[in-house]
Amino acid sequence: MYTQAMDTRAADEAPKSLRSAEEVQLQERFDARIDAGDFIEAKDWMPEHYRKTLVRQISQHAHSEIVGMLPEGNWISRAPTLKRKAILLAKVQDEGGHGLYLYAAAETLGTSRDQLFDALHSGRAKYSSIFNYPTLTWADMGTIGWLVDGAAIMNQVPICRCSYAPYARAMIRICREESFHQRQGFEALLTMMTHGTEAQKAMVQDAVNRWWWPSIMMFGPPDDASPNSAQSMRWGIKRVSNDELRQRFIDATVDQAKLLGVTLPDPDLKWNEARQSHDFGAIDWSEFKRVLAGDGPCNRERLAARVKAWDDGAWVREAATAHANKQTMKEAA
Amino acid sequence: MSDRTEWPLWEVFVRSKAGLDHKHCGSLHAADPKLAIQMARDVYTRRQEGVSIWVVRSDQIVASDPGDKAMYFDPAEDKVYRHPTFYELPKSVDHM
Repeated sequence: MYTQAMDTRAADEAPKSLRSAEEVQLQERFDARIDAGDFIEAKDWMPEHYRKTLVRQISQHAHSEIVGMLPEGNWISRAPTLKRKAILLAKVQDEGGHGLYLYAAAETLGTSRDQLFDALHSGRAKYSSIFNYPTLTWADMGTIGWLVDGAAIMNQVPICRCSYAPYARAMIRICREESFHQRQGFEALLTMMTHGTEAQKAMVQDAVNRWWWPSIMMFGPPDDASPNSAQSMRWGIKRVSNDELRQRFIDATVDQAKLLGVTLPDPDLKWNEARQSHDFGAIDWSEFKRVLAGDGPCNRERLAARVKAWDDGAWVREAATAHANKQTMKEAA
Repeated sequence: MSDRTEWPLWEVFVRSKAGLDHKHCGSLHAADPKLAIQMARDVYTRRQEGVSIWVVRSDQIVASDPGDKAMYFDPAEDKVYRHPTFYELPKSVDHM
């Protein structure tokens, strides 16, 4: 779903200053291709730092999709109607699929699936902080679709033009499928706000109150605290800055909230005529850092659930491998 | 897990509708061909994107070397006479 953590890492893999003449030439050719708006494919030469940045970003994105299945999976068996249950199942299945597209894109850079999983399961890899919040009521399902998927789409659309082609292709597929995620969420909330009881309307407002701030944190730290952003922009990995995306999301969401009949929990949120944009209150970045570092409401639970699913599935993977080996031996005999 | 052997990688090609060719759409890991086809259906055709699927082991694909791109493909660049637009004909027969 998204990759905020890349911005919080220090520039730990800064390009080396000592390079061979050949490497300098390759680097120049690479830069020229980036400047010309060319796409880079898996087997093309690329700077090591570009490769590492992409592996980190794409794998974080993949992990976010996979972990993102958990908060919603929590409500599949308790969806209020068969229709809502079918919708939620389809959405969670999509997220599994999106994770797979992204893992495949990351693997083209030379990191194996097992290495990627290992990084997630051991807690070394990051995923989007948003999935470490609990889903307490049915209204959380609609709110996640509306706000969380809305923010994710805002973030993901520019990545469809990422300079690394396998990532861009995966993103095009994901964006095409994800629009339904946001629309179903908004429609679910609208149904409750239009036809629901007072208690149900209050439930929607409560969900919006809890998800609003974590959603706008999804765009990552402000630009002046995002040290790697400039390099990612230079390389065409990132196309639009965190603050710009956050502002676009807020501006788009205010009118949707009005239509829905909910308030957004920010007393400082107001239209600024001069900027032709909404001003908004200060974001609590200490919370963001805490959740990202592993100390959010559900970090341990999410990771434990993911590791358990992987370990419990081991016998299936082993049996399928054993069966495949047996068939191969039979054919050879 | 004791056995750390990854399932092999497969490339997936989907025919979106009858009459069109199969087009590469991505890759996935699967233990054998049968599972690869079933997984390809779940991963790449959740919205009726296809009527037929091919899978092929990624390690079985032979590809041209990106380093040879210029050598391989540039020679066609100056052969404009291979295109119909190279030939100027009178208006009356220009639909030819």
